[in-house]
Amino acid sequence: MTYRTPRARVSGLGSAGQGTHHWWLQRISALALLPLAVLFIVPFARALGGEHSGVLALYAHPFHAIVAVLFIAVAFRHLALGLQVVIEDYVHAKAWRTGLLVGNTMFCIAFGLAGVFAVLKIAFAG
Amino acid sequence: MADVNRGKRPLSPHLQIYRPQLTSVLSIFHRMTGVGLALGAVLVVWWLIAAATGPEYFATVDGLLTSWVGLLVLLGMTWALAYHLLNGIRHLFWDMGYGFEMETVERSGIAVVIGSGVLSVLLWLAA
Repeated sequence: MTYRTPRARVSGLGSAGQGTHHWWLQRISALALLPLAVLFIVPFARALGGEHSGVLALYAHPFHAIVAVLFIAVAFRHLALGLQVVIEDYVHAKAWRTGLLVGNTMFCIAFGLAGVFAVLKIAFAG
Repeated sequence: MADVNRGKRPLSPHLQIYRPQLTSVLSIFHRMTGVGLALGAVLVVWWLIAAATGPEYFATVDGLLTSWVGLLVLLGMTWALAYHLLNGIRHLFWDMGYGFEMETVERSGIAVVIGSGVLSVLLWLAA
């Protein structure tokens, strides 16, 4: 490793060893969210303020359950990537920065999985 | 290392000196709406968990979200989503290398601002 030139060290995947992975995933998830957000939000907004049985019936339908699961999974992945950049840009104190980055990852995974579980529970068990 | 001066270099753009412009204001709005939508996502998940839990808990959470405070928050979330979605499309075009001419940037910015209002109204009409 010590024989590698500075040029060779940074070529390819960059200092983080991730290359454009983060950037690319943010764009791919954004693209996926364009239809998913609209397909999820409209029936959600219609069910909001309605009967509990109506919500169960909505997500008992495979199409709406699948859209909801995809939307929640992709939205929280997109959110994790976006919030990470915001934290990296504005929080400079190392302890705060590390803590918030770890917290962000945990928060997005926890709420994402909780949302997916809720939809699947309604879809399978009512 | 080339970064010996790290920490002493001037920041750019210097927010206290730069005059806010349409481009910079719309850029920071993209971030602010993105962060704000984190709360929206949590509210949606909370509502779904409530629905999966049972009728009583659902009634509590659904009632909170459709109270006047709740609806005010959801109205803000609707606009944040509409803005972030449309400005996101603008970003995707930039990523593909299109629309960088100053005139186009300003025009697409104004289109996103107007479009976000229109999309918000459409979403509330559809609901």
